[in-house]
Order: sequence, then C-alpha cells, then structure tokens
Amino acid sequence: MATVAVDPRTEYLLRLGDDSLVLGQRVSEWCGHGPVLEVDISLANLALDLIGQATLLLGEAGDGDKLAFHRDVLDFRNCLLVEQPNGDFAQTIARHLLYTTWQHMLLQWLQQSSDKFLSEFAHKAVKEIAYHRELASEWTIRLGDGTEDSARRMAEGLDWNWRFVPELFEVDEALRAAIDAGIAPDPRSFEEEYRSAIAGVLTEAKLDQPAEQRPILGGRRGHHSEHLGHLLAVMQFLPRTYPDATW
Amino acid sequence: MSSDWPLWEVFVRSKGGLAHRHVGSVHAPDAELALAHARDTYTRRMEGVSLWVVPSAEIVASDPDQAGELFEPAESKIYRHPTFYDIPDEVKHI
Repeated sequence: MATVAVDPRTEYLLRLGDDSLVLGQRVSEWCGHGPVLEVDISLANLALDLIGQATLLLGEAGDGDKLAFHRDVLDFRNCLLVEQPNGDFAQTIARHLLYTTWQHMLLQWLQQSSDKFLSEFAHKAVKEIAYHRELASEWTIRLGDGTEDSARRMAEGLDWNWRFVPELFEVDEALRAAIDAGIAPDPRSFEEEYRSAIAGVLTEAKLDQPAEQRPILGGRRGHHSEHLGHLLAVMQFLPRTYPDATW
Repeated sequence: MSSDWPLWEVFVRSKGGLAHRHVGSVHAPDAELALAHARDTYTRRMEGVSLWVVPSAEIVASDPDQAGELFEPAESKIYRHPTFYDIPDEVKHI
C-alpha cells in the first residue's frame, strides 16, 4: 500500500510517528537480550514509551495499525538514524543519545505549536524523552569514562551513527511547508544548542567528537538503508500473514 | 555483568505522607544509575512518587542465629499490646 502524504501536517505526523515507531522497534529488539536484567527492563521501558508515541502520532495521521504494518520501506518517513542496527549496548546508547537529544529539543518547541494535537502530544512526550536523554547521557559518560574496552565501544558507536546527524537538521520542501504553517519548528534554530549539548556530554565522557563524515540524507523521502527492510520484516510479518488475527 | 555491580536496596513512597517502603533491590554501578534502575524496575506501574536507594552493604542486619534471644522474649508479654482498655463509644477511628 503506497501512502502518499497529501498535506504538510500529515507528512509531518508520519515523520515523527515513523521515527518513534522504528526506534521503538529497534530498542525492543533488546528485550530478553539486555546485558543485565536491570538494563533489559530499562531498555524495554524506553521502547514502550516510543511505541506509545508512535500509536498517538500515526493514529492522528490515519489508521495507525495500517500505517505501521502495511506500508513498505519506500513509504516510511523516519530519519536514517533511528533505523540503524543496535550493534552492541554502546552503539545503541550512542544512537539514543543522538536522537533523543534532538527529539527533546523538538518536543520543547512543539509544546508551543499552533497545532492543538501536536502541542498536547508534546506536553506528554517531553517528560518521557527528557528521561531518555538523561539516561543516554549518563550511560555515554559511564562507558566513555569507564574501561578501555567500554570507551572504545562508545567511540565506535558514536562513529557509526554520526553521519546520520545532519539529516535531523535538513529542511526540505515538505518540512518547509509545515514550518510555514506554524506547526513545526525549523530544526536549524536549535542546531547550535544541540551541537553544544552533545559536545558537553562527550567532554564529560572524555570522548573525542567523531570525525566529520559525508552526511547521508534521504530517509524523510523514503530512501532508506538496507537495515529498515529487515526491521519491517520482523515487525510486520504477523499482521501481514494473518491480517485478521486478534488476541 | 551485574554481579560486578554493587547491590542497592530500593524503597518507594507510594504517595505523599506515607513512609518509604522496601520493595526489592537492583544492581547498578553507582547511585545515579541505581535510581534509574529502581525507577524502571519498581515504579513503571505508577507505584510511587519518591524513591530511595541504599547500598545493600551499608545495611546492618540482625543475626538470624540470635533470633531466639532478640525476639522470643516478646512473645510472652501480651500486656504490651494495648488490648486491655475499654474504648469509649465516642472515640472513633481506633
């Protein structure tokens, strides 16, 4: 089923909803595989927060279940960062730090959105994501300023995800329309704040900022990495195989 | 691994005015993450409004072998319970 967004608001809801859905699915892959029991539960909680957000956002964009389970890779509007593989715990934490620091700043703005739904959504989600950001920062600091092995893994995790950061601040035509309509912020308005927040965490973690790499863009327009298809296959096979299943 | 991490005892206050109650324990590398683990493990169903974590090693416990001398003498002293008073009818909530 191809879903072509018809208006800037729906397109914007899909982008945010797909971000939360895909990151939530990714983090949920840790369930039962966490390095220790406490971290397993902690990661499962993060995943549930994100899937809850996706339920609200995709439900506002249309039929949430249909959008989540019956679209193909090309129709997904999430950024490339959230679909990146978990790797080890450090790589998962690096991705979570880079995404939720951005998401937290975005949600702070969205609380003042002229769109009533987005504003109410942001008031709820900003508390969840403040905790995600805080937890990811704390773990980054502990791993970076931990053992030689944990510092190397944290640096490698950041290095893997770093090239997907510029996409978070890309303003294309569809986002421009949402900004002009007053429902979304221009992410570049908080890019400097974002860069310095991340730099602050890295300094405390005694980590170097990863070397700049060629940015990779395109997720918002459906040009995804190979990883998303595998994620969707696991997430979607049940409702696609048994479309009327209930439990 | 979690066995490398110290154990922390977790106490939850279920609502304002009530005392913190012991609910269990978590492993964590330090106090800050112990609070995070306690939050994620014990308050995910709205069980609390406040959390304490205490290093388990800091708790001083009575010796089970001494249970006889510590606790049994109280068994024969039922007069320590205030059950021998007649409560006047006007007094409520006792």
